Amino acid sequence: MSQEVDQSRRRLLVTATALTGAVGAVVAISPFLASWKPSARAKALGAPIEIDISKLEAGAMLRVEWRGKPVWVVRRTPEMLKQLDQAAPFLLDPESGGSVQPAYAKNSARALKPEYFVVLGVCTHLGCSPTAKFQAADVTVSPDWPGGFYCPCHGSKFDLAGRVFKGVPAPANLTVPPYGFINDGRILVGSDGSQAA
Amino acid sequence: MANKGYEAVTGGGLWGWINARFPLDKMLKEHVTEYYAPKNVNVWYLFGALAIFVLALQLLTGIFLTMNYKPSATEAFGSVEYIMRDVEWGWLIRYLHSTGASAFFIVVYLHMFRGLMYGSYRAPRELLWIFGMVIYLALMAEAFMGYLLPWGNMSYWGAQVIVSLFGTIPVIGDFLSEWIKGDYFISDITLNRFFALHVVALPLLLVFLVVAHILALHEVGSNNPDGVEIKKHKDARGIPLDGMPFHPYCTVEDVMAVAVFLLLFCGVVFFAPTFGGLFLESPNFDVANPMQTPPHIAPVWYFTPFYAMLRAVPSFLGTQVWGVLVMFGAILLLFFLPWLDRSPVNSIRYKGWISKLALTLFAISFVVLAYCGMKPPSGIFPLLARIFTGVYFAFFLLMPWYSRIDRVKPVPDRIVINAH
Repeated sequence: MSQEVDQSRRRLLVTATALTGAVGAVVAISPFLASWKPSARAKALGAPIEIDISKLEAGAMLRVEWRGKPVWVVRRTPEMLKQLDQAAPFLLDPESGGSVQPAYAKNSARALKPEYFVVLGVCTHLGCSPTAKFQAADVTVSPDWPGGFYCPCHGSKFDLAGRVFKGVPAPANLTVPPYGFINDGRILVGSDGSQAA
Repeated sequence: MANKGYEAVTGGGLWGWINARFPLDKMLKEHVTEYYAPKNVNVWYLFGALAIFVLALQLLTGIFLTMNYKPSATEAFGSVEYIMRDVEWGWLIRYLHSTGASAFFIVVYLHMFRGLMYGSYRAPRELLWIFGMVIYLALMAEAFMGYLLPWGNMSYWGAQVIVSLFGTIPVIGDFLSEWIKGDYFISDITLNRFFALHVVALPLLLVFLVVAHILALHEVGSNNPDGVEIKKHKDARGIPLDGMPFHPYCTVEDVMAVAVFLLLFCGVVFFAPTFGGLFLESPNFDVANPMQTPPHIAPVWYFTPFYAMLRAVPSFLGTQVWGVLVMFGAILLLFFLPWLDRSPVNSIRYKGWISKLALTLFAISFVVLAYCGMKPPSGIFPLLARIFTGVYFAFFLLMPWYSRIDRVKPVPDRIVINAH
């Protein structure tokens, strides 16, 4: 047997061993990283919810929690729907081209039925929950305020269809979750499967 | 015995026995009794030692808080009230910890400003500076996660805002913020993992980084207000002529500094622990409520300069990732300071008026931004925030230019000091 060390063979073996070990180490990290994803329980608790809207008065708003976020249901009066047109020239994206909503809510009222506005009450800027300021010319917002939602965190403004005004930090209209009417008095938020009823 | 001879070298008795087995004497000499600090270091050089003191204080009080705190969404808020009201001296331990967080940032900001003034980031101290910056990042993560733990409403919405910063990243943003939260919103799951990171992972990392920071410091030696390398002139025994041993000269100063610090610190702990809403914000005396945003969200004061920058940038191209980039860029730029500064001299003492003006404007912009970040985004504040975000960035981005053309004074070969 030769006493000489085959250096290139040794280098190859060392490199191959180190690489195999490195692959193993990387793979071993993945369970730890994956453990940070929403657990089975968190997923189950995030399932769609039913909301009873039969007792909601015209001009009033209902807040329901879904996935830890406020879901708002506003029953808009004819005057409130008229305010939408007045706000339109001051909006960043009146046609909802750049915002998240189901196809059936991509209209000027951003709703299946214009009377009922369903939206996630979460500012598209950094996730605060805007405040309802339905009254036009509310001086706590501004004297020329057409009525809508005002985010107290960073001053973003939205109209009564959750459409964002120009020149505020929020980049997009409020998100409309998938929803559908189970019947006239009940809606399902989180899924639009039962829309037909 | 084989090591008999070695024990003869290290001396007899218990001291010798230990040193034959562990380099205690060697380490003490290298890092304490025979580590030479420049003889002209001034009051600005006390903040490093104070930072270590506050770190120790946070570790000690933190360990005692975990003994009564419960990291769950249903119990966290109540357990903090329990600590405040029912645990013997619990209020003291908690106020020491909450005031300690703010004190940590005051001390660290002054420590960093010292580095900016005297060019302590410059060669050969680049890595020392970078370790320090990583400590600063870890400290911000530590403070942010710790702030969620009381589970007050400001804790909740502050975390909500910061975590959604990650959600603004294109493509992977939504997945990333869900991954960080472990849920679709900041929930019990998020609280539990932030607790683990706050009390185990990040403190371990911080301690490790502080050790690396000090080892790097002791390798290159301390800078000083003149920015002169004391290692250039050594006596026959290899000891810097302008140096003084860390112990007893610096240790005595540091102990004195701790005494003065504690005087101020305890004043806040005993008489103004909320510090007018700056150290503990009033909405945090309400329990977390995912459905109700506090009327005005502001992070704790030490984050507000960066928060002001975040808000100063408007969204365009349908995303508001730009404000996030500006905010992180403001911190990232600090890492590159050693390479942005092209001045031939280290210390502000020998730099010209342009550098002095730049540093002054930078300090002012930091304070103004901090103030803007606390205020609602209306009136004059958005404009101020935009102007001073510009000033902040100009300090760094124009530095390669102004630091080169600035007229400098001749630097003495050795430290000039009127000895007492």
